[in-house]
Amino acid sequence: MTLAIDIVLSGLVLGGMYALFALGLTLQYGVARILNLSYGEFLIGAAFGTFHLYVGMSVSPILGLLVLLPLSFVLNWLFYQVVLIPLVRRAKDQGMLEVDSILATFGVLFVIQGVMTLTFGGQLHSYSYLSVPVTILGATLAANRLLAMLVAVLIGGGLYLLLTRTRTGTAVRAVSVNPMAAQLSGIDVRSVSALAFAAGGAIVAAGGVLVSMFLTFSAAMGVVFTMKALIVVIMGGVGNMLGALVAGLMLGVAETAVARLVDPGLTLAVTYALFLAALLWRPTGLLGRTTL
Amino acid sequence: MNTRRAALFRTIALAVAAIWGISTAVQAQDTIKIGWAISKTGPFAAGANVTTLPNYQVWVKDVNDAGGIKVGGKKMKLQVIEYDDRSNSEEMIKAVERLATQDKVDFILPPWSTGLNLAAAPVFHRLGYPQLAVTANTNDAVKFTSRWPGLSFWLGLPSELVDGLLETLTKLQKEGKIGKKIAMVAVGDQFGIEQSKAARAGLTKAGFDLAYDKSYPFGSQDLQPVVKDAMATKPDAFVAFSYPPDTFGLTAASQVVGFNPKVFFVGVGTAFPAFKGKFGAAAEGIMGIGASDPNLEGIKWYIQHHKQIIGREPDRWASPITYASLQVLQQAIERVGKIDRPAIIKEINAGSFDTIIGKVKLEKGLNRNFWAVGQWQGGNYVGIAPASKQGAGAPMVPKPAWK
Repeated sequence: MTLAIDIVLSGLVLGGMYALFALGLTLQYGVARILNLSYGEFLIGAAFGTFHLYVGMSVSPILGLLVLLPLSFVLNWLFYQVVLIPLVRRAKDQGMLEVDSILATFGVLFVIQGVMTLTFGGQLHSYSYLSVPVTILGATLAANRLLAMLVAVLIGGGLYLLLTRTRTGTAVRAVSVNPMAAQLSGIDVRSVSALAFAAGGAIVAAGGVLVSMFLTFSAAMGVVFTMKALIVVIMGGVGNMLGALVAGLMLGVAETAVARLVDPGLTLAVTYALFLAALLWRPTGLLGRTTL
Repeated sequence: MNTRRAALFRTIALAVAAIWGISTAVQAQDTIKIGWAISKTGPFAAGANVTTLPNYQVWVKDVNDAGGIKVGGKKMKLQVIEYDDRSNSEEMIKAVERLATQDKVDFILPPWSTGLNLAAAPVFHRLGYPQLAVTANTNDAVKFTSRWPGLSFWLGLPSELVDGLLETLTKLQKEGKIGKKIAMVAVGDQFGIEQSKAARAGLTKAGFDLAYDKSYPFGSQDLQPVVKDAMATKPDAFVAFSYPPDTFGLTAASQVVGFNPKVFFVGVGTAFPAFKGKFGAAAEGIMGIGASDPNLEGIKWYIQHHKQIIGREPDRWASPITYASLQVLQQAIERVGKIDRPAIIKEINAGSFDTIIGKVKLEKGLNRNFWAVGQWQGGNYVGIAPASKQGAGAPMVPKPAWK
């Protein structure tokens, strides 16, 4: 019984981190229709920001959130307005925009990576913050990972409420479902997309800040997070906040269960098995619409 | 606006003048051209930027500050040509070929990692360059050095590194300091599999009880499940053949769940400055792969010197050896007295050299002056195995409680 509780709680904490990676991407991909391959670089960027604020200036990562979140919001908004708008303008349909945005953000990935390597060096970075045990129902968890999960739930839940309860949220959802129809009903698709893209950027910065507390990172590691986020987004259903949250948590629990009960060597295999199963039986995602 | 433009113009003019000045200075003076292809981007960048590239930079600066390398009565400064291999073996080979055929460099410094060095070995050999492959580590080393005489290995064979650990554990067990129960984990790639295979055989032969023996995939983002299961077997020693991100992850997870066996051994990355930076006083008593002797004058000087130039401490295992390998190259060039690569290769293999890690004399292309196991003791990373080696510290067992 204690093992079961331990597995579920540790799994939820790991899954919370995965969900956090994915929430921002699902906004960027689901609403702004930009499959942002440089997504993980923004995460690493925020992690570097936190590292230098904490190690260099003793600013706690929690306070770092207050600085880096708005900063990333603004940067991503500018990124959308300057780099991506020309692609949006010239795209004849969604497919073309997707291909163009993949190519463009693939390039941006290298630019950001290069700038970070140049500024911070290529070596591994790591620091200790809130690396203390918290015991819940007999299961020992790391406080920093628990915090990351709570923030993920908070952001996921908050976004869900924003999207379903506010006027802007309704507009965002409308753009996500059908940009053409949204435009016809008087929604400014471009500014709503920019908003969603920037919000996604703010969320990924939150992910970077929190992840930097317990993962060792380097300038070259962004793509790892992009991949994980992409898996979770597709499993959860593109543009679906709750779906990303559920898929992330599910992956976390499945990986932990396999590591504890079967063999830690099979955690990657279970991730991709679940991903494959989701693609085969629920190609629009766990909570995705059945028709698009 | 006008003043700004003027300022900008001045800056450009200055820059042009400076570059022109440098290039004319270079032409006027005889130089040794040194080239390297190193992973500045991609997954290998993290390792290359800790162990290899900073040492190349420090060495070049040291040589040039001293007026150059003495070649037959004339001091020749180093001129560097650098390429990024993007952590890709094809890119690396292209860059090495280019360095040799187009840039016509006099020496090529090796890339980072076992994989890239083994991929580069036939090319270095065909082009006739010495390859002091410090970051390569393979049990087939002797086979390769007899095939490619310019190639040399520096860290000790993987099996010898495992032997060092076995020697430490066996001795501790005989002294009654630890029991027989071992928990072992390994990263699921070539390094982890080879090392754990050798360790498994050795531990079983020495009569140890392997209570936990699992591997985990490279890049695992949560190692707490592994640590918890290892902890549940209540081992006397925890042994992990891990890579840098997981070395940090395993240690952090153990600290959180309070897993504090008498011997705590983790793999590559334990000797990194970032490890000390992250765990601080909590690193006390943690053992890891490889080491250097912090009491050697050369190492003391080197750590300070590296910190001064690069802005951070070097890693305590392969970094000093990398620097020492460059000292060997430099001394071999000076002894031969001309840029005669076959003769220099011969001298590297046959000569005896004084370096920051002490005396270096290759045997069959292998450096024998290496440490297998180190341990953090009082903020220093001390070599503890082989225990017969001069300067070996006594292992601190049991490991003190996490701080």
